[in-house]
Amino acid sequence: MKINQQTVSWLQVAPLTLVLVVFFGVPMLLVGAVSFFDYQRWHIVPTFILDNYVELFQSGLTLRLYLTAIKYVVIVWAVTLAIGFTVAYFLVFHVRTLTWQIGLFLICTVPFWTSNIIRMISWIPFLGRHGVFNDGLMRLGIIHQPLSFLLFSDFAVIVAYVHLNTLFMIVPIFNSMARIDRGVMEAAYDAGASRWRVISEVVLPLSKTGIALGTIFVITLVMGDFFVVKIMSGGQSATVVSALSTEISSLQYPPAAASAVVLVVIVALMVSAILRLVDVRRELTG
Amino acid sequence: MRGTANERRPWTFYALAAFFVLFVLFLYGPMIVIYVLSFQGPNGGLTFPLNGVSLHWFHALIAQERTGDIAGAFRRSIGLAAMVTIFTVVFSVMAGLAFRRRFAGASMVFYMAIASLIMPGLFVSLGIGLVFQSLNMQPTWYGSALGAQLTWTLPYGLLIMFAVLGRFNRAYEEAASDLGASNWQRLLYVTLPIVLPGIIGVALFGFTLSYDEFPRTVLTAGSTNTLPLEIWAMTTNVTSPALFAVGTVTTVISFIVIAVALTSIALIQRRRARRAGKANESTTVS
Repeated sequence: MKINQQTVSWLQVAPLTLVLVVFFGVPMLLVGAVSFFDYQRWHIVPTFILDNYVELFQSGLTLRLYLTAIKYVVIVWAVTLAIGFTVAYFLVFHVRTLTWQIGLFLICTVPFWTSNIIRMISWIPFLGRHGVFNDGLMRLGIIHQPLSFLLFSDFAVIVAYVHLNTLFMIVPIFNSMARIDRGVMEAAYDAGASRWRVISEVVLPLSKTGIALGTIFVITLVMGDFFVVKIMSGGQSATVVSALSTEISSLQYPPAAASAVVLVVIVALMVSAILRLVDVRRELTG
Repeated sequence: MRGTANERRPWTFYALAAFFVLFVLFLYGPMIVIYVLSFQGPNGGLTFPLNGVSLHWFHALIAQERTGDIAGAFRRSIGLAAMVTIFTVVFSVMAGLAFRRRFAGASMVFYMAIASLIMPGLFVSLGIGLVFQSLNMQPTWYGSALGAQLTWTLPYGLLIMFAVLGRFNRAYEEAASDLGASNWQRLLYVTLPIVLPGIIGVALFGFTLSYDEFPRTVLTAGSTNTLPLEIWAMTTNVTSPALFAVGTVTTVISFIVIAVALTSIALIQRRRARRAGKANESTTVS
């Protein structure tokens, strides 16, 4: 008996699809529904009200939370892009043997497979008032008082974000750069272009799918984070999702759901704007 | 393509190499600091100087005087990661094979996987928590948390399979069929062995992403904690080097898993290269 090819594909993709529908699709639809519900203390009351959204948009806090989140996103994006592009460029164009390339690439990747929370915590003894960094600077005589802005501040939050997320820039940019035809670069050099012009007019445009993909990762990771802000700012800053996690822990599910829906819409708009600029799907599916 | 090994390196090589070294220091430096600090003497604090060297804080973890149920959390995390790994490997390899042919709904599944990948983990947690609440079911680490983590590991697995199968030369499969292999034989003896290194890669991602996952487990693990939840609780309660000790332990586990996965991939590749070398020799001799 010959089974239809289409049926075979469906059967093969069914388990993955089923898991995603049950544990992603349905829960997200429920979050959407609950955002219109009412609540009293610990009870969710299924009705249809717009109060959660009205309160969200009327509160001046919402705007401040978004501004803080966007400030972090913009700074972290710029720093990770600069580091990611430089590191990928070094690995692709300056490391000559494949073994070295794979080895150095793995050195950048290994931390990704270890705990994010632990990597974040590891900045505390480093940046603290009596931490490694302050101690070192004092011993060198560069400063006489410990710098207090290093830990539990915006600075600490940004350092932790860059530490955790730069990999998500390096990998996609590395992939795009590795596909660049060396002949194109040689031609540019032969035609008299300087190193900088080759980077800005050949390498940069040809790496844009990687940059776009890395940008999507960094935006969604920073916008969606709550624990880095909570710990590394020492409770002094809050972003949309960290405020939302506080609402969740006090069981205020409907307003948390409304806030989640708004954030998802905003992030989706940002992502689709990037996808409009660059065709990322071709890069993903090869 | 690349310059010969003897060719003089441009100054940019040294500048970029220095930048790369600084980046690696930035990645690993703070982590190494906490590994060292976890060996603090019994009277040592959260920063340098080391007050003697001891295993005191590792014993404190096992004794559970001031820390929670670390041993239980550890067992649950390993069990959960093992289950996530098995499901991720089986489901994403199957789905990867399905995507090699066109089928109706393919792009729907693809976009759902991407959405699931970039959705903030806390929202997935919130949604699944709400689903279980509305069905009057208790969330458990082996049920709801397993599903929550799969919404994150399956898209990664699928993307890796795209990359692996994209490079796969279908001539091997055609040759197998021409020699009379059934579909199952072709899959079992030709396709899967060839893509085995990629499958090990998927397993590595499945295990480590699950083992360290925090946001997706927050509201889905029920009354018992997994290791990242336990560590999260410790970041707010525990102000002793026990926190660093737990960091050292979980990172050692991650490193063992990474080393096993990468070594087995390297061994497979080397054996293949040797066989290919022998095959070439015998053809040139004859």
